[in-house]
Amino acid sequence: MEKNILKVISDEQQEYVINMGPQHPSTHGVLRLVVSLKGETVKSVEPHIGYIHRGIEKMCESITYQQIIHLTDRMDYLSAHINNEAVCLTVEKALEIEIPDRIKVIRTIMSELTRIQSHQLWWASFGMDLGGLTCFFYGLRDREKILDIFEETCGGRMLVSYNCPGGVMYDIHPNFQKRVKEFIKYFRKILPEYDQLLSGNVIFHERSKGIGRLKLEDAISYGITGPSARASGFSCDVRKHEPYSAYDKVNFKEILFTDGDTYHRYVARIDEMWESMNIIEQLIDNIPEGPYAVKMKPVIKLPEGEYYQRVESARGELGVYIISDGNKNPYRVKFRTPSFVNLSVLNEIAKGFKIADLVAIGASLDLVIPDIDR
Amino acid sequence: MDKIQLGEFIKTLDKDLEIKEGKQFTEVMVPPAKLYSLARQLREREESQFDFLFCLSGVDYGPDLGVVYHIRSTRFDHVIVLKTRTSDREHPQLDSVSDIWRTADFHEREVYDLLGIKFANHPDLRRLFLDNSWGFPLRKDYVDDINIVTK
Repeated sequence: MEKNILKVISDEQQEYVINMGPQHPSTHGVLRLVVSLKGETVKSVEPHIGYIHRGIEKMCESITYQQIIHLTDRMDYLSAHINNEAVCLTVEKALEIEIPDRIKVIRTIMSELTRIQSHQLWWASFGMDLGGLTCFFYGLRDREKILDIFEETCGGRMLVSYNCPGGVMYDIHPNFQKRVKEFIKYFRKILPEYDQLLSGNVIFHERSKGIGRLKLEDAISYGITGPSARASGFSCDVRKHEPYSAYDKVNFKEILFTDGDTYHRYVARIDEMWESMNIIEQLIDNIPEGPYAVKMKPVIKLPEGEYYQRVESARGELGVYIISDGNKNPYRVKFRTPSFVNLSVLNEIAKGFKIADLVAIGASLDLVIPDIDR
Repeated sequence: MDKIQLGEFIKTLDKDLEIKEGKQFTEVMVPPAKLYSLARQLREREESQFDFLFCLSGVDYGPDLGVVYHIRSTRFDHVIVLKTRTSDREHPQLDSVSDIWRTADFHEREVYDLLGIKFANHPDLRRLFLDNSWGFPLRKDYVDDINIVTK
């Protein structure tokens, strides 16, 4: 007679499945991760996305090219200006318009300011995810200074919509150069403080070194780009490989590491802020005279064909693929957004680490959820 | 390899393929049956080494549905575009390339979600953004009376 047989489940067989998100402070938006755990060790991570999918690609098919620019702000809201620029460059490439140097230089300075403020917010939230709340205040305090510069010149602070096909919306504010120079001077002094606060912290080192290692061949196969890939040694900086705007006129170095762990993804972004400041300093005193926009027809019709343009956004390679049938609306627009692709590697690199490390790894990939969902 | 050399290289792999020199990239029209083997050869051949699939887009071309693959070699920095089409709108099916380039996993799920193209041998083909009650919104014949305003 068999009764009261207790099934003894060994530790090996036990597996918990928990939900991280969609409302979770470390996912920075509505991202849901279904995590399978054995004890505290992550066995697999499955991202569930689409909570804020707005169908931007479908919307683009029924609006004009000038209107598309304002939708791209809402993809990766932290590098809004760079997204705008990508669409403008595609349209200008299709129409074969020659852009004066003044516009190129203004766009490049604005792009680099955007990159700095994006990395500042990333640094702020990265510190906060690991328990250092001070970082959040430091990061946002300094980011505010860039947003003030944006406000003065563009009217908008975060979603600037400053680019338009053929140039920029308005000329730069008379204070622009002065304030940017003030900011650079200020931030050169402040950035070493970031290092004192977080980069040299022993607890931070323990939690980031050797965690979530991404191998070079995996980075390429998964299509990872941006600082996350360059930390693994994948040379993928579009500004170097396929210079657009004024990037062929400035000297800067591509930040490359080989370790590919969370710590090096962190250092890559800190170093990028230094490089961005170098780029701005080379250009800010040499803004050429000239018009701030080329005269364009009010209705833009791209010639029939296909156009692809890639730019380096703060998170990686942003590709804009436009198929035109000659009308004032595009036939098909595809945005190859960096966060969408970078998310796909999360399972690969978080496997085998603790659940607390998953937070650090996720933060080091610098995901922006509207950029994933589009 | 530049654009012309790439075209000639593709001819040596399969001489029946239609090659178009676009303004930006060399474009190859591939029938669905040949897609997987061509992709694998492009990835593995010493001369080409296309190891970085940087964009995969599904397109509704009118009667046909198609997928466009933008592939780059990180070693040689050359780019090629593969285009494939299927005329079956009811049960469109193509071969998955997700075991050649792992990034195709997510991209193919997106194409399946928004255009309804199925990918054979995909490890985990589920809808990505939307739930099953939706149709396939990126198709041109998609109807949504509530959310799409037609002028």
